[in-house]
Amino acid sequence: MNPFSSETRLRDMIRAIRACKTAAEERAVVRKECAAIRASINENDPDYRHRNIAKLMFIHMLGYPTHFGQMECLKLIASAEFPEKRIGYLGLMLLLDERQEVLMLVTNSLKQDLNHANQYIVGLALCALGNICSAEMARDLAPEVERLLQFRDPNTRKKAALCAIRIIKKVPDLAENFINPAAALLKEKHHGVLITGVQLCTDLCKVSPEALEHFRKKCTEGLVRTLKDVVNSPYAPEYDIAGITDPFLHIRLVRLLRVLGQGNADASDLMNDILAQVATKTESNKNAGNAILYECVETIMSIEDNGGLRVLAINILGRFLSNRDNNIRYVALNMLMKAITVDTQAVQRHRATILECVKDSDASIRKRALELVYLLVNESNVKPLTKELIEYLEVSDQEFKGDLTAKICSIIAKFSPEKIWYIDQMLKVLSEAGNFVKDEAWHALIVVISNASDLHGYSVRALYRAFQTSAEQETLVRVAVWCIGEYGDMLINNVALLDIENPITVTGSDAVDVVEVSIKRHTSDLTTKSMSLIALLKLSSRFPSCSERIRDIIIQNRGSLVLELQQRSIEFNSVIEKHQNIRSALVERMPVLDEATFIGRRAGSSPAIVPTSNSASLNLPNGVAKPPAAPLVDLLDLSSDDVPAPSSSGGGFLQDLLGGVDLLPGLNQTAISGTNEAPRTGTDILLDLLSIETSPTQSSSSITDILSSSQGDKSPVASLGEISSPPSLSTRATSAGADPMMDLLGGFSPNPPMPEDNGPVYPSIVAFESSSLRITFDFSKAPGNPQKTTILATFTNMSQSIYTDFIFQAAVPKFLQLHLDPASSNTLPASGNGSITQNLRVTNSQHGKKSLVMRMRIAYKFNNEDILEEGQINNFPRGL
Amino acid sequence: MIRAVMVMNTQGKPRLAKFYDSQPVDKQQELIRSVFGVLCSRAENVSNFVEADSIFGPDSRIVYKHFATLYFVLVFDSSENELAMLDLIQVLVETLDKCFKNVCELDLVFNYSKIHTILDEIFFGGQVLETSSAEVMKAVEEISKLETASNSITLVPKSVSGWRGR
Repeated sequence: MNPFSSETRLRDMIRAIRACKTAAEERAVVRKECAAIRASINENDPDYRHRNIAKLMFIHMLGYPTHFGQMECLKLIASAEFPEKRIGYLGLMLLLDERQEVLMLVTNSLKQDLNHANQYIVGLALCALGNICSAEMARDLAPEVERLLQFRDPNTRKKAALCAIRIIKKVPDLAENFINPAAALLKEKHHGVLITGVQLCTDLCKVSPEALEHFRKKCTEGLVRTLKDVVNSPYAPEYDIAGITDPFLHIRLVRLLRVLGQGNADASDLMNDILAQVATKTESNKNAGNAILYECVETIMSIEDNGGLRVLAINILGRFLSNRDNNIRYVALNMLMKAITVDTQAVQRHRATILECVKDSDASIRKRALELVYLLVNESNVKPLTKELIEYLEVSDQEFKGDLTAKICSIIAKFSPEKIWYIDQMLKVLSEAGNFVKDEAWHALIVVISNASDLHGYSVRALYRAFQTSAEQETLVRVAVWCIGEYGDMLINNVALLDIENPITVTGSDAVDVVEVSIKRHTSDLTTKSMSLIALLKLSSRFPSCSERIRDIIIQNRGSLVLELQQRSIEFNSVIEKHQNIRSALVERMPVLDEATFIGRRAGSSPAIVPTSNSASLNLPNGVAKPPAAPLVDLLDLSSDDVPAPSSSGGGFLQDLLGGVDLLPGLNQTAISGTNEAPRTGTDILLDLLSIETSPTQSSSSITDILSSSQGDKSPVASLGEISSPPSLSTRATSAGADPMMDLLGGFSPNPPMPEDNGPVYPSIVAFESSSLRITFDFSKAPGNPQKTTILATFTNMSQSIYTDFIFQAAVPKFLQLHLDPASSNTLPASGNGSITQNLRVTNSQHGKKSLVMRMRIAYKFNNEDILEEGQINNFPRGL
Repeated sequence: MIRAVMVMNTQGKPRLAKFYDSQPVDKQQELIRSVFGVLCSRAENVSNFVEADSIFGPDSRIVYKHFATLYFVLVFDSSENELAMLDLIQVLVETLDKCFKNVCELDLVFNYSKIHTILDEIFFGGQVLETSSAEVMKAVEEISKLETASNSITLVPKSVSGWRGR
């Protein structure tokens, strides 16, 4: 017999599929089988219909398309035989769903079967209806279902009750027809009917306020009595789950009582006694018993206040927390999370137990417990809780440390009663799990230290000590290096010693040791090494005696493959070597970091705030923040500085140079975009550079450009690490000549472009902004072709969830031509953590007459929901 | 409401899947795969509950039980009691056990449509229909009787012992 004909039995097909060794083999078998089934369907042979659908159901489960069998299901349902009907309805439920139009055709068969004399056929029809009922079917068939609620056979009644739930969910208007029949079901003695009746009433209350009112008035007392009977009923083996009688009925009843009691004091009063009885009498050594207790607790927390009951409920949860079963602890934590809004005090009493759960061996329980602890922290308990959590940090699993440190840092930042406590706790966290600390957290610590002028000495000494024991924690090293650079003198002289401190003896060379260790450690990353270099420069001024040694360390990085380090070391070397006169002014202590700005930046994770704060800080005398300009620019800047300020001294000189900072971004852009220009001589460069300085519009607009483009790769506070860079610019100013850097300059000087070649620079625009999505456009034009514009669109997700399947579409009027390049990705990370970029190339045939205009549509998936946003962009800069 | 019932083996092959909120076919396979991805990475001694918001959308949980080579999984929303769902899996497995006398994975594979009949007697359109395995057995036996009585093709073989060895 041909193994793939319609004569193959279901069992043989399953065997053939199971015998497949690879997925490809399986696909081939299924393909052949499907072909055979199709052929058989075309022959319209009623004998094989049953078997074909049975096979298709199996194939469907394996994930292959089976839509071609849908009509066969209808034919089977129309058949008079029970087995045909049965498989037809099974197929109907699996292969079809309510969106399919085939369903229209099935309504009539369903209606007939609902009125069938055979109760099993009625059952089949009810079951199918309960699974696939659409709104139209619900309207058509509701009277049948209503009638079946009073059917003689209890099995049909319970199916009809559940079917009614589906109907009222699809068409809530139909609810009123079911109120009275449902109320009648509550008086049922048959267990199955009662449980489904209770379920129907619960769902009726959800969709219809009248139903809720009706049941509350008429049925509350009856339900309380029923529950009392169930609680006191003798052991019934058929509904026994692990020794507890009928937990499901318990749970359904208690749940319906919750719906009735919520927001109604009278109804709540009626059920208080029985709830107390359930809460105290139910055995809690079995899962089923705990399920009842859990439901009971939720009901007590939801109905109108009765102080005594709530305490009882929360105490049950407290008992759950010390249960040995993971599941019980898990649900208890879930419930406490809800209870915390109702009665924080009662939950606080179980703080110690919850804290124990943070140390649980089950990761999901740990996570819940940590969240709960986080909610429980307040000003009065922050100290002991933080102490416990930090102690646990020492012994916790590696994979849990990330979560734990994030939460601890957040608790410390939110509730710290005083700065010294904040600094102490953060130091503990950094020493314990510094590698898990997020950038914001250690940046915040630096800001706090900088603001606490009386604690500078204390902090730097504490960090020095911490470094001796925990030098492997990257973020601790960074903060220590930064503080030693800033407050190194306070370290060695025991300045501003607090009463609680023991004085320590540290020499300048010891302090340099720390920085040297951190710069030479092979695990240190670029940020740490750059920060160390700056600290070294600062120390060279603080400890003149170590100056030579520091220079040696700095020089070692002159050959670094990382451009940033190479550049810094060359610059700093020349500062130490040649510019003693300005050094002390250059490396003065940082001005106090602005806490408000920092908090603002952190609060709005949206990058929109960054440009303003960045450009504001550009005006600070010492350049608190500097846009991360490309090294090329710095080098170019070197030659330009030769002329304007060749011999000014100290501060004044510095001012000039910092004035020049504004000019940098503009340079940067021109410098980067043009790389193939003809070689030019030094003076030409100078002239070009100077000419840029005289066109203020251009440079100011490009400052915004460069700032916005820098947001992506540098975290807002990365500028902390860059702090000393603006002074470093000055160092290069006078080092032209026999400096090793000249080689570098020589290498780069052929590259500078002619700024005018670049055409005018257009400001970026925000093309679209909503609470969840932001789109910016950056414009550039290829020289010599004014009609063409390249738009770099950047999409940023401002919401808390990631977007998937992100698609951007745009349309333009006829005088424009638009070409969209592929986007960089179709997944957009949440909270502005990254972006998608896409290039749009526009050709404007009416250049100079009409400006650009564009309609756009953005489609993406958010929490599995399709979102579509549309808009028109009219704010393009003129002249594009 | 219960959103889905799934049974899959420890290799991730679906053995039974029924979705009560209609899902397109390829989506169903994707959901089964993601659920398996979550389950197979869970340790033995942890709780049986998983937050499934990332797989099934907001307000969805998974409860699962691991028996021999099979995972039994229920997906449901906050209107169901988690611990009760755990007991419900127990009811399902006990019923299967009574039907097949020491149920094993192969019983599920070869008695596909009977399993669905059992399932439909316990779960009904996302609600719990019956929690007593004796009642479920009674209903299933009645249906089997009707099947054989009508002299038609028998889909449910009486014995599966001959196929145990692959």
